[in-house]
Amino acid sequence: MNDQVKDLINKEITENEICLFMKGTPDAPQCGFSMAVSNMLKILEVKYKGVNVLEDQSLREGIKEFSDWPTIPQLYIKKEFVGGCDIVKEMYENGELKKILEDKNINHKK
Amino acid sequence: MAMDLNEIEALIKEALPDAVVEIQDLAGDGNHYSATVTSSQFSGKSKIEQHKMVYNSLKGKMGNELHALAIKTKE
Repeated sequence: MNDQVKDLINKEITENEICLFMKGTPDAPQCGFSMAVSNMLKILEVKYKGVNVLEDQSLREGIKEFSDWPTIPQLYIKKEFVGGCDIVKEMYENGELKKILEDKNINHKK
Repeated sequence: MAMDLNEIEALIKEALPDAVVEIQDLAGDGNHYSATVTSSQFSGKSKIEQHKMVYNSLKGKMGNELHALAIKTKE
């Protein structure tokens, strides 16, 4: 991963409290797993930035190395890697995701 | 590219010998699987670490030969 990609990732996760690296965009997801996480965030009514990795091959590979995680989507909350689709789904279902949002003072649907 | 169900199970068990592994071929295409892995080795580890252990057992096949594997880990 070159410095340019690393800087870009750092910038995105710093400037956006909730940042989802995904295939496609929140309005037009290109993969079911990305859509699933995106939908959960929409239901929780949180403001998030969707970063489309399909637009940039170096970012698509770079984020995997950055997080040491082989798949996309990847969710970051306040610069912290939370997980991929399976983990986020589990946390959504058992209420942990909401708890993180509360603990980190992020606006969401109560 | 596709991967055989038994091959996935064998790789996970090689890395986590005590694991109980249940794999389903979700779409019947050898490309979209779900795996439920139960192992005592997950004890005390975060979900991220647990999933990484499963990914690591697949030796880089995840995201390459193996397109989609939904993972659920249990202690």
